Amino acid sequence: MSSPTGAPPMLRAEQVCKEFDSLRVLKGISLEVARGEVMCLIGPSGSGKSTFLRCINHLERITSGRLYVDGEVMGYHDRGGRLHEMHPRDAAAQRRDIGMVFQRFNLFGHRTALENVVEAPLRVKGVPRADAARRAMALLDRVGLTSKADAYPAQLSGGQQQRVAIARALAMEPKLMLFDEPTSALDPELVGEVLDVMKALAQDGMTMVVVTHEMGFAREVADTVVFMDDGVVVESGEPQAVLTDPQHQRTRSFLSKVL
Amino acid sequence: MARSGQPAPAATETDPAYLQERIDVVRRRRPGNTAAAVVLVVAAALFLYGAATNPTYGWSDFARYLFDWRVIEAARNTLLLTVFAMLGAVVIGVSLAVMRLSPNRVLQSSSWVYLWIFRGTPVYVQLVFWGLFSTIYKELRLGIPFGPTFATLSTESGLTVFHLAVIGLALNEAAYMAEIVRAGLSSVEDGQSEAATALGLSWWQTMSRIVLPQAMRVIIPPTGNEVISMLKTTSLVTAVPYSLELYTRTRDIASETFNPIPMLLVASAWYLLFTSLLMVGQFYLERHFAHGSTRARPSRRARALSRAAQKEQA
Repeated sequence: MSSPTGAPPMLRAEQVCKEFDSLRVLKGISLEVARGEVMCLIGPSGSGKSTFLRCINHLERITSGRLYVDGEVMGYHDRGGRLHEMHPRDAAAQRRDIGMVFQRFNLFGHRTALENVVEAPLRVKGVPRADAARRAMALLDRVGLTSKADAYPAQLSGGQQQRVAIARALAMEPKLMLFDEPTSALDPELVGEVLDVMKALAQDGMTMVVVTHEMGFAREVADTVVFMDDGVVVESGEPQAVLTDPQHQRTRSFLSKVL
Repeated sequence: MARSGQPAPAATETDPAYLQERIDVVRRRRPGNTAAAVVLVVAAALFLYGAATNPTYGWSDFARYLFDWRVIEAARNTLLLTVFAMLGAVVIGVSLAVMRLSPNRVLQSSSWVYLWIFRGTPVYVQLVFWGLFSTIYKELRLGIPFGPTFATLSTESGLTVFHLAVIGLALNEAAYMAEIVRAGLSSVEDGQSEAATALGLSWWQTMSRIVLPQAMRVIIPPTGNEVISMLKTTSLVTAVPYSLELYTRTRDIASETFNPIPMLLVASAWYLLFTSLLMVGQFYLERHFAHGSTRARPSRRARALSRAAQKEQA
């Protein structure tokens, strides 16, 4: 399990499979994400990228294989090689260290931007109210939205909502951030502001797994690009290698459509 | 604006040239509206004149009994029945809806069975059953089955007909409330529960803090309907038999005066008064849960939070 330096990788997937009834969505995904690494998952719709992301924080259970986050099996207690289903409380405890940003933002509609950000630190971690509020305001400042602290999600543009959603995830001080097509639901002119926030986050050393169709972002920010198709990893490597000199026909045909 | 000659200055916010030529509109005539209004006003006036002069309405009796102490007491009882039965129904109904949507299969199916029974039989029949409750079950015991008993309640002396009426109304209404609440809970997009789960909130925290408050916007209007409906359904508790609520009481008085019409009017007046008050209450409740809709101001709690954040920062 341990790497030469002693610490386990932030994420390690071993032959991860996921079936919905008879539909096989993931057919043996194996990959590793080191601390501070930014990995972009690219591939056609229905290739299993988002499902894999949702398996990482156990929103979906995997059918076979193993998924470790920071050396821990997600969603199960490993007792002598057998996996025991976790109590929901323990699964929730694992999830609070993993931030997730969704395609459709999923902000709490009845809460202002600021309240969205304080909710989890307040209720899950029990941070005192004033501290939580101050930290939340600092996070809104980081995504450039202090002026919108009192706005409800319905009063914000898509780009602003997604930046609040990023601040909300960061409020739990996660060690790993998952982004599920964070810009796919945005108007084209709003994509940039969200990508800028994500770039700054990557530069600060956050470990990130990003499902995206933004090839420019992948090229510029990712340490590793993984191309998935039909539930398998077709190829992976440095962005330059995968995006400019793909080795597989499937990668080439996908890139020719999106670039 | 000028199209030729000197270029007109561009309209700015401080100099709104476009506002200077307000269109002077000649309103379109709407003869249909006027005609309908005239017909209705005349019809209403004729009805009111007829009602005022028709002796069978018995307006003097109406005035005499509207604030009769028996009527006031009955009105109070009707209101209490409504309030207690609705409170019980909301609590049980929310529980049933949450059970129905919980991941626990046992809770899901017990909720379904409850609905099947209480929605599937008439409320009148259920009320008659509750009236016979103390015949069916002589006493209620709290203890371990086939083991020691810790407390005993004699149903004959411990439960009044008022209690039974409240229980009967509440348990019936709970089945309907459960469906209203379930519709409300389902109206909140799944994405928000998922986001809450991903943040580490428990199922219960997600339900009570994220889903339920937003479901309220969908739940309140039909619940207002149910309260008003309950107010009138209380007139059925005579089946228990509980006879001190508004309808039965006024009917009993009418059997003394041999004139049912003014007493019906008395009862109607009180029902109308309560319904109107309930409608006002519903208005404020709906406004309270409107937070997050497009034009809403931040709630007081949200403003306090951002004040706290800014104070700490400075």
